[in-house]
Amino acid sequence: MRRIEHHPILGDLAETSEERIPITVDGKTLYARKGEMIAAALMANGISVFRKTEKKKSPRGIFCGIGRCTDCVMIVNGIPNVRTCVTPVEENMIIRTQEGSGEWGDTGGKT
Amino acid sequence: MEKREVIIVGAGPAGLSAAVEAATAGCGVLLIDENSKPGGQLFKQIHKFFGSQEHKAGIRGIDIGKRLLEEAENLHIEVWLDSEVCGIFDANKVWVVRNKKETVLLQGDRIIIATGASENAVHFPGWHLPGVMGAGAAQTMINIHRVLPGEKVLMVGSGNVGVIVSYQLLQAGAEVVGVIEAAPRLGGYGVHTAKVRRAGVPFFVSHVVAAAEGKDRVEKVRIVQVDPRWNPVPGTEKTLKADTICLATGLTPLTELAFLAGCESTYSPVLGGHVPWHNSAMRTSVRHIFIAGDISGVEEASTAMEEGRMAGLQAAASLGHVDEADAMIRGKAIQARLDALRSGLFGEKRKNAKESIFSAMGNSNNGAR
Repeated sequence: MRRIEHHPILGDLAETSEERIPITVDGKTLYARKGEMIAAALMANGISVFRKTEKKKSPRGIFCGIGRCTDCVMIVNGIPNVRTCVTPVEENMIIRTQEGSGEWGDTGGKT
Repeated sequence: MEKREVIIVGAGPAGLSAAVEAATAGCGVLLIDENSKPGGQLFKQIHKFFGSQEHKAGIRGIDIGKRLLEEAENLHIEVWLDSEVCGIFDANKVWVVRNKKETVLLQGDRIIIATGASENAVHFPGWHLPGVMGAGAAQTMINIHRVLPGEKVLMVGSGNVGVIVSYQLLQAGAEVVGVIEAAPRLGGYGVHTAKVRRAGVPFFVSHVVAAAEGKDRVEKVRIVQVDPRWNPVPGTEKTLKADTICLATGLTPLTELAFLAGCESTYSPVLGGHVPWHNSAMRTSVRHIFIAGDISGVEEASTAMEEGRMAGLQAAASLGHVDEADAMIRGKAIQARLDALRSGLFGEKRKNAKESIFSAMGNSNNGAR
């Protein structure tokens, strides 16, 4: 899980500092590319577990990537069950791994 | 209530083409999509398309998408993005949640539903683990977001999606540890399959996933051979090191809106399952409602674009924007291009499936309702 810097058809990924924006994931500051979906930013940062199920705490990640299966939902800015594969990142977004159906207002103490 | 002549749901290849055709004919068109960008799945298709010159063969999907968007922009088509259509009722009322905030009720003289399809899952122990994903999801990650979902990928399914995405994973820098196919023979076009084979990727026919294993994500996968009755053959299990399993096991038309609207359904395994009944003009059993693209049967982006043109043309004609003789000539030309796309070994089956739907319409007289 990493950025694809070079590509034979799509060319090189020109990453300027302007395009990089900070996000907070489970209390850690990570960087995302402006306009990309939360799920893509997390995968580029090596994160594959997005939530854990209610009873068995079994890990879940991205599955359909088009906003239909809801397997990739997380708590975003205190709102649970946000589909991260179709929600673009925003500067200083607070993202948390969701357990079960998640809790409203859970920002890990951040505002 | 706000009114539009033609409301189109879904701004993928079918919806965009329908919008361009209807707007060119002089209809007031509103195009609605739940995503933040139009184009549907076209922009992740970085391979060259098949067909003849008219079908834009030899051009990459991503460039076809750019052209379509330009056409739509030049026609000043009204587009609502980030807007979800939640229901269609009373034949012509469309309920939209616009910009994820505001509820809007619209009335459309004609509605074209072009919602596409979604990928099928297959179930095996460990299928829920992070790292198991649709091949299309992986394709979105690599070609749109420029993120590699894993380093070592097993592809499940050797149809066109399976081999095309395998090749694109290789282009993106991943290792494809294998392509497995449950059927006894490979399912994709030779050109795409050969490219993956030449890259040294092993293919396993009559093989399925026995289990995916790993703690927080896929770490390895066991595959096993199956006999003609789909039972695992003892002693044939192999363990492959893989961190990602991509499922390219077909698609299912996204028909919810059409069925909510009361469109009658028909079942076609070749076309991906239940689809709304439609005639060759892409009109459903509900007079105001047309469909186009994968919702009417899973095919390819090139067929979706032609069906979109047909739906846009016929919707415009039914509103009196195109005269009957002209509509017939242009409709025939589109149909001829569709027939050409539905030729060959795979295409013929789809052509027959489509035709049996068209004739069922005629028999049950649904088209006249």
